[in-house]
Amino acid sequence: MRAYWETAVRGYRRYATYRGATFAGAFTNTIFGIMRGSVLLALLAARPHIGSYNSSDTLTYVWLTQGLIMVTYLWGWNELALRVVSGDVAVDLSRPIDFQGYWLAGDLGRALFHAIFRGIPPVLVGTLLFPLHIPLDPRRWLAFVASVVLATVLSFSLRFIVNLTAFWLLDYRGILNVATATWTFLAGLLIPLNFLPDGPRGVLEALPFAGILQIPVDVFLGKHQGLDLLGALAFQALWAAALLLTGRLILAAAVRKLVVQGG
Amino acid sequence: MIEVSDLRKTFTVYRRAGRLRRERRQVTAVDGVSFSVEPGEMVGYIGPNGAGKSTTIKMLTGILVPSSGWLLVAGLTPARRRTELAKRIGVVFGNRTQLWWDLPLRDSFELLRHIYRVPGADHRRRIAELRGLLDLDPFLDTPVRQLSLGQRMRGELTAALLHAPDVLFLDEPTVGLDIVSKARVRDFLAQLNRERGVTTLLTTHDLSDIERLCPRMVIIDRGRVLYDGGTAEIAARFGAERTLVVDLAETRPPLHLARGLVVRTDGPRQWIRFRSEEMTAAALIAAISEQAQLVDLSIEEPDIEEVVRRVYTGEAVLA
Amino acid sequence: MVDRLATLTTYRRLATASMRARAQYRLTFGLDFAAQLVAGVSEFLAILVIFHHLPRLGGWSLPEVAFLYGLAGISFALTDALIGQLDTLGQMIRMGTFDVFLVRPLSGLLQVATSDMQLKRLTKAVQAGAVLTFAIANLHIAWSAGKLVMFAAAIGSGAAIFSGVWIAGSAIGFWTTDIQEVVNSFTYGGNYLTSYPINIFGVWTRRFLAFVVPMAFVAYYPSLFILGKPDAVIGLPALAFVTPLIAVLTLSVGLGVWRAGVRHYRSTGS
Repeated sequence: MRAYWETAVRGYRRYATYRGATFAGAFTNTIFGIMRGSVLLALLAARPHIGSYNSSDTLTYVWLTQGLIMVTYLWGWNELALRVVSGDVAVDLSRPIDFQGYWLAGDLGRALFHAIFRGIPPVLVGTLLFPLHIPLDPRRWLAFVASVVLATVLSFSLRFIVNLTAFWLLDYRGILNVATATWTFLAGLLIPLNFLPDGPRGVLEALPFAGILQIPVDVFLGKHQGLDLLGALAFQALWAAALLLTGRLILAAAVRKLVVQGG
Repeated sequence: MIEVSDLRKTFTVYRRAGRLRRERRQVTAVDGVSFSVEPGEMVGYIGPNGAGKSTTIKMLTGILVPSSGWLLVAGLTPARRRTELAKRIGVVFGNRTQLWWDLPLRDSFELLRHIYRVPGADHRRRIAELRGLLDLDPFLDTPVRQLSLGQRMRGELTAALLHAPDVLFLDEPTVGLDIVSKARVRDFLAQLNRERGVTTLLTTHDLSDIERLCPRMVIIDRGRVLYDGGTAEIAARFGAERTLVVDLAETRPPLHLARGLVVRTDGPRQWIRFRSEEMTAAALIAAISEQAQLVDLSIEEPDIEEVVRRVYTGEAVLA
Repeated sequence: MVDRLATLTTYRRLATASMRARAQYRLTFGLDFAAQLVAGVSEFLAILVIFHHLPRLGGWSLPEVAFLYGLAGISFALTDALIGQLDTLGQMIRMGTFDVFLVRPLSGLLQVATSDMQLKRLTKAVQAGAVLTFAIANLHIAWSAGKLVMFAAAIGSGAAIFSGVWIAGSAIGFWTTDIQEVVNSFTYGGNYLTSYPINIFGVWTRRFLAFVVPMAFVAYYPSLFILGKPDAVIGLPALAFVTPLIAVLTLSVGLGVWRAGVRHYRSTGS
């Protein structure tokens, strides 16, 4: 148990060293928040209510998702794949700690750092510039934090699987790029899933990607209450579990391949 | 061919002092260096890490602009005539590559031909010569990323010479190479200088590189020239000296040896300095074995830090 | 003149060499086109979804916004394809690759740009072109010689404006390699902003995009002229004709910042 904690701390620290890059990234996230918000303001002026969102809901959605991008590391996480390609992954596999757990712990440590330094700053700027919907109910915040943690685990489980393809194809980058482009849209970064016409919306809301951005934001906005809230969190947890399990199966196959072929 | 006069380079270094403040410091990497190199000379430029070697090379090749001082390479001011100078010099960086990583070595040469506008016939001729001298044929079609360090270094040397430069700058070319590869590179450079008269400035912190290749050496330490003269004198003093490090079976007082001087002990380990012209390592080991039981041993070559230290303390001949 | 042509050929060779290197990784090479397509389509889907909820955005209809998106997208894609590699300047400086460039008798800027020309970046141009075609098919543009000239000029000028911004932004890497990501706000952010009619933004944003970082001239002003719409920002539709001038200016400023950056790099090292 202690080993996982230490891995998480190391994950946090590693990213904490990139001061300049973190600042630059937070700046970029903020600028994009302003841009997306500005575009949607024009839409909201004509149609303040779309789906279950009012204007401040929509704007809050924009800023929260900007903050969550790095927490869930939506784009281009390839740490595991790099270690597979270089062969260093053998060291990780020989450790007496569960491989997937090790990587998950590290990722959660990283997520905490990003939550503080790339999640909060844009949202703070957003509240200053736009009329956002910030809840005061501590239970809502608790639920939100739980949802974000689940979202990170869910996103990790997807990234884990994609990175594992490096065991079979040293040339994994194309797959990562396609996966990233796909789940960016499907998670609702470019447009709230809420805004989609009913048909497509139903499909996307059943996919795991909805659990990465859409659900945490909806929890924050109070769109899920009572049993419905439990249902939403369960949705995230179940998908995360299913994908983590899938990841373990794929990992087992990868290890078998390594043992057979060597290096 | 190269003329350097009172060259100086100062950097402003920022250090984080506390949480938010930064403090500024002026670091003088090169502090009044002067020397000149005649056409066809092969000069070693050696110093400990951080002595200012790389900074000097960067100024000579036009990458860095000097803070003050005056320098000419092939009659041009590097800082102001960078692109013109580039055509007249060849550079080999030990720790970064000039070649195209994912393409066959052959392709790198072809691209460089176009970059330097080398006429086709000249290019073919030079490639043919260098292929023979450096034995490139086995890996000419291999992607550079798959080459061993030794092979890659031979490729880098070829790349630097394709446009028949007047001056060749070598920045730590043998770093990381195994003994066989090192010897190969050294033989090639010696032959190049002998037969083609390519002016060469060899930067290294490996003393034996210079011993074998450069009749003249410049020692630089902390931005200043410490010695500028024949390699033979320095070699005579230090070059033939080696240190035998022996691990004895038990701790003993320093061994008594006719041709070796124990300079340091640490428990059962003793450092013995000897001159290989006076006694071979093998003979020394035999002499030691008569007195004590040897468990393990290794030989240390003299390193530049040692030479510099001893030059400072006045043990060597200064320029 | 012959000399310049020969140099251009050299850059072309460097560019094709980098493409050949990429093509060796066949799977990624192919999939990258797919990834770019998904990204581009997603962008446009976002616009479609907005129009699912209202008929006009800031007074612009869907085909009109599509026209804007297509025009801006082509300009952006061309720029990205030609000099997008400048994003890696920070990395090149850290690894010492830029020093290798300085030792060669070629421009540092063009060596960085041609070091890795990725064909996949043109996918956006194709996708934007498709959107543009859809737009033109659904609009009833009264084409004239002037409008055709404006159309061609817009694409070239748009690319020049994006280039100026991209070059200036990347040059920040000469002063500090750490915060180069800030440039993304201007380059990729610019791509996003120019896809929408500028008049939907707040007054300060509009002025910024017209006078400071002149993105408004990439697609907005030329489109006003071609589509025959009034200008809600400054009130001068004829401003469209200033576009080529703005383009030259922006590119010059960008190159000036780059040169200053190289000077700084060469005096302070890395």
